[in-house]
Amino acid sequence: MTISSIAQHLPALLIAVPLLTAFLTPLVGGVNRSLRVLWVFLGIAATSAIGLALAWKVFTYGTVIYVFGAASVTQTLPPDSGGIPIRIIFEVDAFSALMIVIASLSAFAITIYSLMSESECSGQDGFYALLFLLVVGIMGMVATGDLFNFFVFLEISSLAGAALVAYRVDKGVAVEAGLKYALLSTLGALCVLIAIGLLFAQYNVLNIAALASRLQFTTLDKIALALLVVPLAMKCGAVPMHFWTPDTYTTAPSSITALLVVSSQASLYALFRILFSLYGHLIHFSYATFGWFVIILGVLSMFVGVTMAIPQKDVKRLMAYHAVSQTGYMLLGVGVGLAVLGDRTALNAYGLTAMAGGIFHIINHAMYKGLLFLTAGAVFYRVGTRNLNKLGGLGHTMPWTMVFFMIGALAIAGIPPFNGFASKLLIYESVFRFSPFLSIIAMVVSILTLASFVKVFHSIFMGPRREEFAAAREVPPAMMLGMGLLALVVVLFGLIPQTIIDGLIMPCVTALVDRGAYMASILGGH
Amino acid sequence: MNLAWTLHTGFGAWNPAIWLAAFAVAVVVTLLIRAWGRKDYRKGTNQTKPFISGNEEPSHSGGHIPASNLYWGFLESLKAYYERLVPLHTGVPTDYLIWLLGVMAVVMVIGLVI
Repeated sequence: MTISSIAQHLPALLIAVPLLTAFLTPLVGGVNRSLRVLWVFLGIAATSAIGLALAWKVFTYGTVIYVFGAASVTQTLPPDSGGIPIRIIFEVDAFSALMIVIASLSAFAITIYSLMSESECSGQDGFYALLFLLVVGIMGMVATGDLFNFFVFLEISSLAGAALVAYRVDKGVAVEAGLKYALLSTLGALCVLIAIGLLFAQYNVLNIAALASRLQFTTLDKIALALLVVPLAMKCGAVPMHFWTPDTYTTAPSSITALLVVSSQASLYALFRILFSLYGHLIHFSYATFGWFVIILGVLSMFVGVTMAIPQKDVKRLMAYHAVSQTGYMLLGVGVGLAVLGDRTALNAYGLTAMAGGIFHIINHAMYKGLLFLTAGAVFYRVGTRNLNKLGGLGHTMPWTMVFFMIGALAIAGIPPFNGFASKLLIYESVFRFSPFLSIIAMVVSILTLASFVKVFHSIFMGPRREEFAAAREVPPAMMLGMGLLALVVVLFGLIPQTIIDGLIMPCVTALVDRGAYMASILGGH
Repeated sequence: MNLAWTLHTGFGAWNPAIWLAAFAVAVVVTLLIRAWGRKDYRKGTNQTKPFISGNEEPSHSGGHIPASNLYWGFLESLKAYYERLVPLHTGVPTDYLIWLLGVMAVVMVIGLVI
């Protein structure tokens, strides 16, 4: 297989490599432990390299189309198909590519961390098989251009995620959390499946671009829209459907929690894809209504998330509520863009900037929230408790973990010069033009976020050494490397925000707004 | 001014390099002020002990303020808000489903009306 051949089949390899790694892990693990570690490392390194290479290709040359099972991987409309894209097609545009970058970076750092944090636990073959299946689900959700195929990957990620949440039984608490996640995910996926059925029954196509070109916004289309949007909002943790988030994120192993954040963001991606690329022009008469729906979800998520975080005593539960809160910023930014989508003047004046802020916050949040969950896992790894009332003085013995935590905490609070500040600044300034009140809420939520993480920092790392943690010491190098990689991205994105905006974020905004280009990639004629 | 690293928000600009430079200057000024302090300061002597009305300084062990003691005033002032919000987080999966279905019903009605 030549390099050009590999480059041509990157979208297929993005799924095939982690899938193969997942199913062969139990086999390799049966030989010996060291071989499994090597296998898992090579698997995630290859997956991430493929993901980054594909993203580079998209950002350099434009949207990548991949048709499975066709004589030519770019032949979306076979001559005898009647103009219908009948095969499974991956359509990787800039927004998909950004999500692939997020998944690749996060999965790599998280897996390296897991190789050490889970090294003393049993059932590692199943653990890594499920972890790779979760990666498959996330990659597939953000790469596919087919609605039914999206449902399949949504199910893969949900089931793998639920199994991983429940994997370390923890006296039944983790199993209960896994059950909740599975129950809500299954019901949500069922709604998505019904919506797909409603659309397929009317238009005979499953490809998103083809569907977008045929939708008439009938009553059934409106019902399908609700059946698609609400479960995806639930999956990304939007208030008032966020209740599963703290339960699930708290009990899952910390590395898995960090990956579940990325999984939630894949749902957020799908939510935006449905609203912009699929239904886009059909809701032109009511952009403001749909925009305000997303904005209200965002504001509720921001405020309820942060205020629920402040009284928490379990560090991971506190961070889980902050994940809800930060999702609110993304919804707010993109929601403002959606609300003014029909007003070209407002869109150019501040709508595109708001969307850029919201989308930039997706990748920033994945990095710093992943980092924060890994630091919480590092603390638990050494002292065996997540209870903030029992922790204290660990700054003396775990200085690197403390530094990584500080980077993540300052980033999530929007303190310069870290990445969270850059995306929040874009959101504050652009949303202020739309509604000063919303912008002020966003700033107040940031202040409360800082207050919350000051409490966590004080509770875990400050104070005199405690006798019960006398044996605590810094975590092993592999865990530090995982945290360090994410911390590096947090710092780097904060130092060169305009480069990231120009290179990664604005192409995503364009991809979302230019619905015609998304359709033309499959159907031609743009 | 179009400096490298400058983020243009459309309404203003932000340059982390300038911020870092300002931060570095602040650190240097702080260190300079500190350097002008008393030179007869000796660690481990009575100079370093806090004056607590002549009483001995209590042991540091057990002196850590736990998380629950922080932000008491904030939580107390928002007691009415928390008394309504916290009970909604029941931990019961069927309650979670009701919220999901409720929101979906509302969205569906709005979608059908417009």
